[in-house]
Amino acid sequence: MLSRSAWGLFWMFRYLERAENTARMLDAGFRMALTRGLSAASEEWRSVLITLGLEESFAATGLEHTGHIITNFVLRSPENADSVLAMMENARTNARMVRTAITREVWEATNESWMILKEVLARPVREADLGEALDTIRRQTMLVRGAMEGTMLRNDIYNFAYMGTHIERADNTARILDVKYHVLLPSLAWVGSRLDNAQWEMVLRSVSGERAFRWMNAGALDPKGIAEFLILDGRFPRSLAFCYDKLASNMASLAYGYGEAAPSHELLRQANARLQQTGIAQIFEFGLHEFITQFINTNRQIADAIAADYRFTE
Amino acid sequence: MTTTTFSHYDEMIDGQGQVRPAYAGYREWYDAQDPRWMVKQGKQAESFFRRTGITFNVYGEDAGQERLIPFDMVPRIVTANEWKKLSIGIEQRVRAINAFLHDLYHKREIVKAGKFPERLLKGNEAFLPQMVGFTPPGEVYTHIVGIDLVRTGPDEFMVLEDNARTPSGVSYMLENRETMMAMFPELFTKVQVQPVSDYPRALARSLAACAPPAANGHRPTVAVLTPGIYNSAYFEHAFLADQMGAELVEGGDLRVVDGRVCMRTTRGWQAIDVLYRRVDDNFLDPLTFNPSSVLGIPGIMDVYRAGGITIANAPGTGIADDKAIYSFMPEIVEFYTGEKPILKNVPTWRCAEADSLAYVLDHLPELVVKEVHGSGGYGMLIGPTSSKAEIAAFEKKLRARPENYIAQPTLSLSTVPIFTKAGLAPRHVDLRPFVLVSPNGINITPGGLTRVALKKGSLVVNSSQGGGTKDSWVLAE
Repeated sequence: MLSRSAWGLFWMFRYLERAENTARMLDAGFRMALTRGLSAASEEWRSVLITLGLEESFAATGLEHTGHIITNFVLRSPENADSVLAMMENARTNARMVRTAITREVWEATNESWMILKEVLARPVREADLGEALDTIRRQTMLVRGAMEGTMLRNDIYNFAYMGTHIERADNTARILDVKYHVLLPSLAWVGSRLDNAQWEMVLRSVSGERAFRWMNAGALDPKGIAEFLILDGRFPRSLAFCYDKLASNMASLAYGYGEAAPSHELLRQANARLQQTGIAQIFEFGLHEFITQFINTNRQIADAIAADYRFTE
Repeated sequence: MTTTTFSHYDEMIDGQGQVRPAYAGYREWYDAQDPRWMVKQGKQAESFFRRTGITFNVYGEDAGQERLIPFDMVPRIVTANEWKKLSIGIEQRVRAINAFLHDLYHKREIVKAGKFPERLLKGNEAFLPQMVGFTPPGEVYTHIVGIDLVRTGPDEFMVLEDNARTPSGVSYMLENRETMMAMFPELFTKVQVQPVSDYPRALARSLAACAPPAANGHRPTVAVLTPGIYNSAYFEHAFLADQMGAELVEGGDLRVVDGRVCMRTTRGWQAIDVLYRRVDDNFLDPLTFNPSSVLGIPGIMDVYRAGGITIANAPGTGIADDKAIYSFMPEIVEFYTGEKPILKNVPTWRCAEADSLAYVLDHLPELVVKEVHGSGGYGMLIGPTSSKAEIAAFEKKLRARPENYIAQPTLSLSTVPIFTKAGLAPRHVDLRPFVLVSPNGINITPGGLTRVALKKGSLVVNSSQGGGTKDSWVLAE
């Protein structure tokens, strides 16, 4: 296939995944605000901005750190080049570019999602409508993935799309964990407090993992357990282990189809092996933040290697 | 001739108020439908077009602004018999155009015979000196042609324009039919219509049949070259590539490698045999033409001349659809086919000629004056609907550069019904059938793109000027 198409697909699905995860983060922040009162929640809102990498561009606007202002900045502000609206627009532009590589269903789901979200985000979203708006974002992006699952041939096109999905998702989960560890908690003395627990719940909620975790742990909330769940539990579709497992299978399928592996495959193999050989105790010993930082860097290297191996750009 | 919206030929109803045979089946079905349901279906069609993204970009409007071409759900219908006659005329004309192009770039016998003035080639940007003496693979110059026809009477179709360089609109022909079949499936069981859905396969076959020597008998690799997603016809480019199973490429994807034009794939550079390009000549090769173009492929013309690739349509083809040359088409057809033209031209005054100019200046309020190189309804004067001030302003431009203009009488174009809230109402139309040319022959898809004026009495059907489209039916025999 054309390199530009592979590139377009890879990024189309990264944008969709990022839009979905951004909605999840906002949802978690919104919950916190509801349970803790608007002013007390401003730290949590700040952490949302940090997770999304938007703290600086938000600060540049000089706006107040209120939930309403932050959510609208994240969702739709023209001053925010990484708003959900901009991501959906990018996803759709990429879909247009790769129109000949995707089925009619995938194209229509993407195009319709964009039209719906453009409408939903045409005006500032009021707090009363926020939950609905966030649901719409998640539902629409899932619709595209569903169309993908149900209609696409399992060939290189499919693999490039899912490589983008899993690279992006791994990055997002890692960032969410990192923020919890470094920003949310004012000091170590708070570990195990009610505030700490509430924040961990928010982390779980932002990856839609709260129910699965409760099932497995009889309702208990334990930081180490949650970190282990999000990093190493290969059954949970947003864990780092799951993302890398799937990434490995997407790339293996690609290598099989092409009859050859490229340097990015070796990079992933090493990273995946490290992840599989590491226990949660080791991670905490090494330092969760240090571990996450390393993971995010390696993840970026793998993405760059994929781009180079398959000649995404010249 | 003056403009008349009252004495035109109505394609559905004859002078006695009777429904003509072409529309008999449709009209019977239509009269049995609930008008409110029809209104609802019309709205559905619009959301269908939006969702599938059948939009076009309008230059000069907000960046990225996409618009729908209004779709009218009443088909334009011609009988098998009418179509047969039309097809013969189209085929004759397209053969002549192709022979004319070959001759212009080789011996110029038509010039030597005194039937065509050589001065029209001098300084004409559409004529490419780089093509002189070169013969494209399969001797085909214009692989895809769209002939714009207007109807003025029962047996009178006239050619308004030959689109021989990069005719667009075929995706609308196909999608309009899809939409009609989705909205009114039972209608198609009542009225037998010849299918158009074979077009993309026919296009792929026709292009493959023009493979260059370098393809060496292998199954040719075909690609569609688009300027990119912001081009007004991008949807069509993607659509055709998709339907043909060809790659949709941009200039940035292509490079000359080892004497072949190759596309950058995830597995390395892969040679292309036939390039269906939808960028203009001038942007095709920055080494040969416009050096600032980023849409093209440096060196493609050298590969082309060495037999390494087929470019469709061939560079330099545009000289055949230049409006100044249009007026010579009757002579051209006769010269190369030895027959009288079956399809007439609209009578045309060439303002470059003093007598004609004098006549045109005297009769501006009755005439349509067009720029020789203009397209899409821009830069023209429609005398009968223009104000005195507009005519005066245009007269100045005309006097300053008469060779830049041609003039035609305003014809009484035929009308077909469109659907309005008040029921069916007649509007003026034209028709663009699509023609494929290969060494194996000429293939004309039964149907085409009907463009329709949406305003009562208006003669302007261009989508860029607010016209719409409708499905075009050729009835089965």
